[in-house]
Amino acid sequence: MNKRRPYVRPMDGWWRKNPYFVEYMIHEATALFVAAYAAVLLIGLLRLAQGEAAWTAWLATLQGGWAILFHLLALVAISYHTYTWFKIMPRTMPPVIVGGKKLAGWVITAGGLAAAAAASLALLALVWGMAR
Amino acid sequence: MAEQPKTIEIEVLRYHPEKDKTPHTQVFEVPFTDDMSVLQGVQYIKDYLDGSLSFRWSCRMAICGSCGMMINGIPSLSCQTFLRDYYPARVRVEALAHFPIERDLVIGMEGFIEKLESIQPYIIPKEPRTPAQGEYLQTPEQLAKYEQFSSCINCLLCYAACPQFGLNPGFIGPAATALLHRYNVDSRDGAQAERMELINSEEGVFNCTAVGYCSEVCPKHVDPANAVNQNKTNSAADYFLRFLSPKGGAK
Ligand code: SF4
Ligand code: FES
Repeated sequence: MNKRRPYVRPMDGWWRKNPYFVEYMIHEATALFVAAYAAVLLIGLLRLAQGEAAWTAWLATLQGGWAILFHLLALVAISYHTYTWFKIMPRTMPPVIVGGKKLAGWVITAGGLAAAAAASLALLALVWGMAR
Repeated sequence: MAEQPKTIEIEVLRYHPEKDKTPHTQVFEVPFTDDMSVLQGVQYIKDYLDGSLSFRWSCRMAICGSCGMMINGIPSLSCQTFLRDYYPARVRVEALAHFPIERDLVIGMEGFIEKLESIQPYIIPKEPRTPAQGEYLQTPEQLAKYEQFSSCINCLLCYAACPQFGLNPGFIGPAATALLHRYNVDSRDGAQAERMELINSEEGVFNCTAVGYCSEVCPKHVDPANAVNQNKTNSAADYFLRFLSPKGGAK
């Protein structure tokens, strides 16, 4: 008789078992903030199309305490998402060959983060300029 | 003066298929010196404390790939992990995660062997060649394309690091995909189309959600996550390009 009886361990709570998986789950969860913020901007566009009164009402809503709290939360979540996104990026793309050598992973990560920071600053400067 | 012997506690997940319904832990007091690996720790247990403890090992120099275990929850080669790094705390040893436990620290690896077979891990030449035609020539650039992916020692740490494999054992997984990629990007090989069918299948690369831990634990810097993710792009290209081919994707 076959004495084999392989035991399969359950997967419940797998993501709590390793800090790396926790980071992964937070990364995935912060994507919801990215989606939520896209929705906020889309609603803004919709209100703009509805005329001046709707648009000013929308702007006023954004200045409320809850809206500001949401913005702060979204900023933190989206920053974290950006950071972990570029951290994994070297693993997800084909090798970049520069001068016959493979570009190191950290260079790609640093390049991505620098581009994200530059884009954010440029946008901030643009909006700041327009608002004044 | 001789070094005072130190003692460390090793907690082992035991499972005996004929006696146990479920695995249970057992703690052993193991005297150790600073040059002792975790593998040597469990070997001490087998030699002096409990001869029934089962585990795999061979080279004890990080090249055969048979001694993988979860050490404090991290997939590791036990011959390359040292007891001194855990002392004075207890060290926890368990069979590689996500695989069925055959007995104690021994996992069942048939599933992986089948996958390995399915990727045809050998060069399938583009056209038949006779020895008279001479050897294949390959440039350093052509070698560089696959060299890293050929370093895999089949230790399976990457599978123990992959929750998607844990949730769906059918997923072809990191190492098999890395090896598949190794042959697909070899300039001498001509079987890309056949292997792409596996990449594109239900068991293929789209099970991967880019957790990336597989590459983190790989002792040979194969970066299997990179092979998997490069093949997501290849698979997408394969899908769209077939509409452009004269046969319209028909076999
Ligand atoms: S890819 Fe790395 S971790 Fe996975 S089996 Fe090969 S050597 Fe081991
Ligand atoms: S015993 Fe061979 S890799 Fe550890």
